[in-house]
Amino acid sequence: MKATLILENGTVFQGQSIGSTADCICEMVFNTSMVGYQEILTDPSYAGQGVVMTYPLIGNYGVNQYDEESRNPWASALIVRRISPRGSNFRNEGTLDDYLKFNGITGICDVDTRAITRMLRDHGTMNGMITVEEHPNLEEKLRLIRAYRVQGTVERTSRSQIQVYPGDGCKVALLDLGVKENMIRSLQNRGCSVTVFPAHTPAEVILEGGFDGVMLSNGPGDPADNVEIIEELKKIYNSDMVVFAVCLGHQLMALATGATTEKLKYGHRGANHPVRDVDEGRVYITSQNHGYVVMAESVDPNIATISHINVNDGTVEGLKYAGGRIHTVQFHPEAAPGPQDTGYLFDRFIERMEAAKHA
Amino acid sequence: MPKNESIKKVLVLGSGPIIIGQAAEFDYAGTQACRSLREEGVEVVLVNSNPATIMTDKDIADHVYIEPLNIPSVTQIIEMERPDSILPTLGGQTGLNLAMALAENGTLEKYGVRLLGTSAESIRKAEDRQGFKDTMESIGQPCITSKVVESVEDALTFTKEIGLPVIVRPAYTLGGTGGGIAYTMKDLQEIASNGIRLSRVGQVLIEKCISGWKEIEYEVIRDSAGNVITVCNMENIDPVGVHTGDSVVVAPSQTLADKEYQMLRTAALDIITALEIEGGCNVQFALKPDSFEYAVIEVNPRVSRSSALASKATGYPIAKVAAKIALGFTLDEIKNSITGKTCACFEPALDYCVVKMPKWPFDKFVSASRALGTQMKATGEVMAIDNCFEGAIMKAVRSLEQHMNSLQLDSLKELPDEEIRHRLELVDDQRLFVMVEALRRGITPEEINAVTQVDIWFLDRFLDIVKLEKRIASEPLTRELLLEAKKNGFTDAFIGSLCGKDHFAIKALRNEMNIHAVFKMVDTCAAEFDAATPYYYSTYDEENEAEGTDVPKKVLVLGSGPIRIGQGIEFDFCSVHSVWSLKRLGCYTIIVNNNPETVSTDFDVADKLYFEPLTPEDVQNIVELEKPWGAVVQFGGQTAIKLTQDLTNMGVHILGTDAEGVDASEDREKFDEILKMTHIEKAEAGTCFTAEEGKEIANRIGYPVLVRPSYVLGGQGMQIAYNDKDMDDYMAIINMYSQEHPILVDKYLMGRELEVDAVCDGEDILIPGIMEHIERAGIHSGDSISVYPPIKIEKRHQEIIADYSRRLATALHVVGLVNIQFVIYNDKVYVIEVNPRSSRTIPYITKVTGVPIIDLATRVMLGEKLKDLGYGTGLYPEAPYYAVKMPVFSFSKLTNVDTALGPEMKSTGEVLGIDTDFNQALLKAFKGVGMEIPSKDSNILLTIKDSDKPEILPIAKSMEDLGMHLYATKGTYEFLQENGVNCQKVNRIAEGSPSILDMIEIGMFDLVINTPAKDRKHNKDGFTIRRSATERSIPVITAIDTARAVIQARVMGRANQLRAVDVTKISNRKK
Repeated sequence: MKATLILENGTVFQGQSIGSTADCICEMVFNTSMVGYQEILTDPSYAGQGVVMTYPLIGNYGVNQYDEESRNPWASALIVRRISPRGSNFRNEGTLDDYLKFNGITGICDVDTRAITRMLRDHGTMNGMITVEEHPNLEEKLRLIRAYRVQGTVERTSRSQIQVYPGDGCKVALLDLGVKENMIRSLQNRGCSVTVFPAHTPAEVILEGGFDGVMLSNGPGDPADNVEIIEELKKIYNSDMVVFAVCLGHQLMALATGATTEKLKYGHRGANHPVRDVDEGRVYITSQNHGYVVMAESVDPNIATISHINVNDGTVEGLKYAGGRIHTVQFHPEAAPGPQDTGYLFDRFIERMEAAKHA
Repeated sequence: MPKNESIKKVLVLGSGPIIIGQAAEFDYAGTQACRSLREEGVEVVLVNSNPATIMTDKDIADHVYIEPLNIPSVTQIIEMERPDSILPTLGGQTGLNLAMALAENGTLEKYGVRLLGTSAESIRKAEDRQGFKDTMESIGQPCITSKVVESVEDALTFTKEIGLPVIVRPAYTLGGTGGGIAYTMKDLQEIASNGIRLSRVGQVLIEKCISGWKEIEYEVIRDSAGNVITVCNMENIDPVGVHTGDSVVVAPSQTLADKEYQMLRTAALDIITALEIEGGCNVQFALKPDSFEYAVIEVNPRVSRSSALASKATGYPIAKVAAKIALGFTLDEIKNSITGKTCACFEPALDYCVVKMPKWPFDKFVSASRALGTQMKATGEVMAIDNCFEGAIMKAVRSLEQHMNSLQLDSLKELPDEEIRHRLELVDDQRLFVMVEALRRGITPEEINAVTQVDIWFLDRFLDIVKLEKRIASEPLTRELLLEAKKNGFTDAFIGSLCGKDHFAIKALRNEMNIHAVFKMVDTCAAEFDAATPYYYSTYDEENEAEGTDVPKKVLVLGSGPIRIGQGIEFDFCSVHSVWSLKRLGCYTIIVNNNPETVSTDFDVADKLYFEPLTPEDVQNIVELEKPWGAVVQFGGQTAIKLTQDLTNMGVHILGTDAEGVDASEDREKFDEILKMTHIEKAEAGTCFTAEEGKEIANRIGYPVLVRPSYVLGGQGMQIAYNDKDMDDYMAIINMYSQEHPILVDKYLMGRELEVDAVCDGEDILIPGIMEHIERAGIHSGDSISVYPPIKIEKRHQEIIADYSRRLATALHVVGLVNIQFVIYNDKVYVIEVNPRSSRTIPYITKVTGVPIIDLATRVMLGEKLKDLGYGTGLYPEAPYYAVKMPVFSFSKLTNVDTALGPEMKSTGEVLGIDTDFNQALLKAFKGVGMEIPSKDSNILLTIKDSDKPEILPIAKSMEDLGMHLYATKGTYEFLQENGVNCQKVNRIAEGSPSILDMIEIGMFDLVINTPAKDRKHNKDGFTIRRSATERSIPVITAIDTARAVIQARVMGRANQLRAVDVTKISNRKK
């Protein structure tokens, strides 16, 4: 079936429908990872967004139950150049197309993804729509597209119930702002017991829960929207709790301590972003997925110093807070998909918790 | 960390002659690295015995030595130049081994030369089989169950423990030389003994065979600060068991999920970190298809064929970055020159699919075993880029120039299904096409996978292509279907052949339906950043990114495609030089080529690079977009010359000799006219299409005759026929592909052969030099030892040659280059052939004479006149140096190939010996090819055909005088004894044990001189002798003239007085 992708600026791309045939309006972003489409689709940070995969051959290895990064896919739409009609891999359990249909994700293939990417790069992130309507009324659709805003996504993606993942080591409270499973696994694999709390958990519950540390997860949307959560984080900041935060968690902690965030023109999404660890002087290749960033000049040096910098554009990739308890990064040390090179940050988190325990 | 300022003068070792397993990729890497070093103000001393390389140009290094790559020669150069450092990782296995040897014998320490980049200790850890295994074990990386052995006995014992089949891998060899898979104990005995002998350290690894696992490679870079990145990963379509150089490779991997991808990526980074490599490194893995189990196959701590491929596939210049790292820079301090904005410390993201296919020499060596295993057989490769696998593989197939524009191999069409099923089991160069044919017959991907272990994903893609073939053959050609076909890489000609139309009709239909190729950029970052580098590939998609640049003098330069026997690296030298020259002359240059190993496909050589097949349709896509003012076809070998007429038809102005001139030199009748007009003689000849006609001509002019097709390179298909039976045989081989042009039959004149390369401006000619061949006519010029300036040619003959050259060039309206071959027979000069294009001798003549031949040719093509260019006209004065170009063969890699030289070219590369004294130059050349010149007490085997016997006598006498021990088979033995030369008789093969073969087997001889009998019947024994000697690494000489040269080098050469020559010092001699 034919499908059409309409971008906010009025550009139209004709392709073939994949996945659900329901109309879908979302924010269009591109991801340059060459593998890991299932992890990307199930990463809650993509809630409300349509993902353009710049790698043209998607679905090659099918889908499987092990690569789910959350309970279901969150991306609103998937835009690909070519989709494999069947996957080939020893873990393959079904085709990507069937998976999209089953999960009600609208998609389009056979479009010039590089042209779309270049457009998003030059114009900045735009809203868009995928429809299978034969003759969509462009004016009307554009009005809808332009009115769209990614909203309430943290609430949608976060757990509604506390969930406990047992372990013998440090006790970690993880605030689920739209967490990827591999973040929990990364802690569990290091022996931690992880208690995952819904996003709107009052700080007191966490602070009085007997935890060794708090992990603030990744998540979707504009960080500044999360006014209530930021208020709770202030309390955590003012406690003596050891904190590690990733992505949205990093941004929210910055907002809670007086810094500001801004939207990047087209974000960082991919598995190849170089980040300099300022103390070590070393550069690591990281997995990234963020549209917003903490503004360097807004960080009060008395509160936090910049610990990681993006080598490509110099943006803030990590903050080390005074006192050494709190460390936050913009990129994804839990990988999945992407390089595992910064997994050591979880070890550091555990070291900090151990140190605090023995202090 | 910034540059280490104490590094001021660096010695760079090249990889020597082109051989199978070590080709142009090291010229590409070396050239890029030298430029990168000089960019930082470092003085570069370069040593490489291969004169056809770009790296040996005076523009690339400060001091250039085209000298043998051996310890005495390089030690002398170190002594003379006193470099403070040496960069060992750019010259392939040859350069690495040599640098290691210099480190081990204390030379580097003695002269205070430090190894840059990776340390000797790290190299040892990666290269030494046991050391590597231990290192891997210490960091928990799984290796394949294996054991290093130094004797066949131990190999057998260990194999009994782990079970057959096993893979035998010799230590420190390249391209897997001497390795193989042993399925039986008998196989093992043979392969292991061979491998132990060929290994530099007398070791082989016996390894559990894991054939069928996926073969995955990662290209990794690490700097002194410990930053590590992967540039690219690659997946071999052929599972483990086929050498990666012989595999069809795709980048990035297609069948790995993120879990496997990252697992292996992390392993690769851990390995390079543990080995403390500073620079580039290639890590090969075997991955079990049905689990996460994997094993590290090997690590190459240097740039490699794979790193060249990864560089071209991603746009990331590995060699350049590795050179900067060697100087002390860290990855984040090095700029990504593709985007111009980001730094080198990132990982390229591809938004297209890359397919590499090997180019095998089996079209030339029809008798060679086509089986593929752990020993590489390909001479070169092509790379293709598209946004889908189907499009990329179709492009790759047609880039190979082997009469195929699709995945349909004609010879399989008629085979019954059972035969196709059987052929699936044979791992050879045609298996890919057999798989596709099997799909065409309805055999399922699952069935094929069960036999071949080729991943279903690839088989599904082939099936897509097959289904599309069927649709085109049966359905109306709607716009949708035609577009689908184009997106999947179907050429107009192939579409036409499926639906009964010609390619013009399909092209017209496309124009009507508005279906055109667009071009996309290779930018390292999947469009995330705006890139500045104009490196493009075609695809059928919506947006075109390559703006047809609107400049006046826009020139298209056509490259020479894959490296093959007869068309090697020298044509890349010519293409690159013409681009540089055109740029200096204010032209905007566009290169079209498909060879990832070359300098010409480096992103910053031309103003624009199109990585595309060199076929009329693919070139036309570029022409329609760019509308170039002119095209240069002279420098890209036969590949480019073949496109002359098509370009003319597209309305592109051919710079230099036009299509008519090209045709007049190739078309026999027109050429005869020219000869008549210029009063120049050539051997009696005729043209024919059939064997009957051929025999008629041969009987008229008298056997022996030379038989060959028109428009070929490297004498492909050329043979000397001595009788009607030969004629029948040869014509049958030539006519395996239907011939558009007549087959040429020439009287064979066995005289002294000469060659000139000349520049002609239409009126005047400049001949930089005449080259004389050591071997008489009958041996292809590319396989002959060639000497500049001539040593035995009288002045009057040289003058005749100069005069004939001028007459021929002007009569053919040559503007630019021309290569002419002559033979002097019975004191008379005959012309053999004229090629209005660059030749394989241009690079070396350029370097020895100091005449910038390509620059001059390019200038006259743009309208300048020779008389204004400062190098005069006519025959250029001789240089004060002798240069001996010696061919290098790769026979040990190709089983069943006859090593006897003849009119069809067999060499893969060459070295040069330069000296003011001819004998010293000759000696250097022999040393350059690695030939052990026989000395006192050497054992020499002579089996000489009757007609050569009188000539061998003085040679044999000299050998005897030198204290060598001669052995000969009956006829030769009797002849020598009768003539007073002492020798021992050896049994012929049929005469019983110990026969000649037994004696070769035990390594009795140091040199075998066997001149092959004329007719092929009597040649069978000779073939067996030559092959078995070659397989035991015993040098084999098959021409009397070569044997004489060897003895001359022994008698006249002074090995202890060889002096290295810096060729940059002789390069600026102007008239």
